[in-house]
Amino acid sequence: MIRSSINRRSLLKAGAAGLAASALPFGLARAQTPIVLGAVYVGPRDDFGWNQAHAVAMDVLKQVPGVTVIEEENVPETDAVSKSMESMINLDGANLVLATSFGYYKPFVVESAKKYPAVQFRHAAPLWNKDTDPANAGSYFCYLNQAHFVDGVAAGLSSASGKIGFVAAKPIPSVLSNINSVLLGARSVNPNATVQVIFTGEWSLPVREAEAANALIDAGCDVITCHVDGPKVVIETAEGRGVKSCGHNASQAPLAPKGFITGAEYKWETIYKIYADALAKGEALPNFIAGGYHNDMLRNSAYGAGATPEAIKAADAAIEGLKAQKPIYVGPLKDNKGNVVIDGTKDNYDPVLDGMDYLLEGVVGSTT
Amino acid sequence: MTAIVSAAPVVSPRGLDPRAIASIEAVLIPVGALVASAILFSFFLLALGKSPATFFNLVWVGGFGSAFSIQNTLQRAAPLILTGLAFAIPARIGLTLLGAEGALVLGGFAAAAIAIPMVGGGWPPAIGLPIMAVAAMAVGGLWVGIAGWLRHYRGVNETISSLLLGYIAIAIMNFFVEGALRDPASANKPSTMPIGDAWRVGPIPGTSVHWGLAAGIVLAVLLYILMSRTTFGFAARMTGGNVRAARAQGLPVGALVVVCCAIAGACSGLAGFYEVAAIHGQANASLIAGYGFTGILVAFLARQNPLAVVPVAILFGALDAAGGLVQRRMAMPDATVLVLQGIIFVVLLVSETFYGRIPFLQPKKIGERT
Repeated sequence: MIRSSINRRSLLKAGAAGLAASALPFGLARAQTPIVLGAVYVGPRDDFGWNQAHAVAMDVLKQVPGVTVIEEENVPETDAVSKSMESMINLDGANLVLATSFGYYKPFVVESAKKYPAVQFRHAAPLWNKDTDPANAGSYFCYLNQAHFVDGVAAGLSSASGKIGFVAAKPIPSVLSNINSVLLGARSVNPNATVQVIFTGEWSLPVREAEAANALIDAGCDVITCHVDGPKVVIETAEGRGVKSCGHNASQAPLAPKGFITGAEYKWETIYKIYADALAKGEALPNFIAGGYHNDMLRNSAYGAGATPEAIKAADAAIEGLKAQKPIYVGPLKDNKGNVVIDGTKDNYDPVLDGMDYLLEGVVGSTT
Repeated sequence: MTAIVSAAPVVSPRGLDPRAIASIEAVLIPVGALVASAILFSFFLLALGKSPATFFNLVWVGGFGSAFSIQNTLQRAAPLILTGLAFAIPARIGLTLLGAEGALVLGGFAAAAIAIPMVGGGWPPAIGLPIMAVAAMAVGGLWVGIAGWLRHYRGVNETISSLLLGYIAIAIMNFFVEGALRDPASANKPSTMPIGDAWRVGPIPGTSVHWGLAAGIVLAVLLYILMSRTTFGFAARMTGGNVRAARAQGLPVGALVVVCCAIAGACSGLAGFYEVAAIHGQANASLIAGYGFTGILVAFLARQNPLAVVPVAILFGALDAAGGLVQRRMAMPDATVLVLQGIIFVVLLVSETFYGRIPFLQPKKIGERT
């Protein structure tokens, strides 16, 4: 495998170098100040999804001596998040704020970072730009599509029909990348596998998510997976209908004791440990952290009863491959309208993939 | 809301005239309901093993305890004043409208959409911003006006139609924001083109609170005058009291209904304008924040009185502002404040039955022993 450059890594290095120069005079670098870390979540901390993944990982930081973690859930992506962050800073003395929802960044995190230069802000999406954004802000992110690729491998070998159903929220790049990765994973073990997708149009529409899951099962899909805020309904619907399922964001294994195969999970604690270690030593935090399987920022949920022995073997092999940075997008690849969209093989962190606006050949569905 | 007219001649206790009694009741009963809610909620907290004293202290600290807290409260109250008015005004004419959320979203979207050519064309913000505000109010007014028109001319239940129109409004915004008007840079969160910092409505000088608060207070005063001191308001209230009597008197009931609905929509649309111009700088799904629905609660607690909407909205803003602090300090879920709001709402509905029934405020009929 030849790789000329790993963009996220080089950006991370640049960010760390810039940080050493620019951010040292501020707050955290003054060692021995008590660390108060404020975490803001867009939904409930027990949503079996995105927020739970963050909240579980936050427990790692609570173990660090001298670090106090304060948390706020159900904070909408409005000025409410500015006020919540400011309230943490003004009333609780927070000096590191972790804003965990995509829509928090602009304008709220950026403006708050400008207003409170002594406080560090980190946001969970790859949006921080070292040229335009404040030095006391930053980003951390994991490329979950790698774990969905593993889902696809396991699903491809656990499915009898080769038809995988995908309940998706919105046709935006991060969702499309997960759908396409499930397809490529499944096709790597079963060249005839297909992924049928239904977009619900919103991040959280439990009734429509259940309808979509049912429709996909009625269409012959015998493995269901999803990318919505709370995968609980989709997984429970699949289990209730007696088909298998793959999870998303956090472990939904307890929801589907019979049919759960595996699921794509973030391992935010890896990043939070980096922060915690830096805080404990009084060092500056990195401005940009991104990664996937190669730097231990993802995992797949423990295999459930739905995974066949071959699926487990192949999925484990796929994980080893990803750890060694084996590429997922091996070109040329066509979209499901017949256009060549990926000409050559792409690195798993190639920024071209961040702008994905297509469904690959083999995905049944449309982005419009 | 309506003065109690008794057929028998009355004398008032303690020399109070009936209007003063109505005013006392209008303050006493909601305040009593709040106190009763606080007591009920304290039992809820005790059942969870939490201290009510800590809770109410945190509500004070988080809502009003410092300059920051007060600004936090006022900022959160700003949209609630406008959406509270949007429920209160149609309520005076006897309509239960749930259209504020949709009108806010559509108004905000209209403001962001009309800004695109103006920002692109290099217009000065001083001209463009008022146009955005007018567009937001017009679109919001038109949208909720439809519900009023359907009510009067087609007999469609306005509660249902305004609620459903809200979903259509959100769908319209999503259609454009995710399609024709999408900023290509907003890949993972579809939004319209940002209006840019020069076009943003800044905060009220010396504070961090945006101008929507001032607009809400001014509108509350204007609408109070309109509803209680003008013939329009009198006709509207009369229609609300008895629509058949109003019609028999020759009042233009249809026009009154549609205009009241349009005023409500315009208030919501203006709230949407401030969300876009003061907060987000663009239209996207973050406009759907539930302000329209919280406004219903605000208007109820204010007993549909436009002036009372202001302090009640501030109270709700304070609860909202303190909610985060309660979560952090007491390790309680976000739903805690929702439980309190729910209790307030139910107790308030029950308290409606006390109007005209508080013994020591009741006028005594002539001939009774005092």
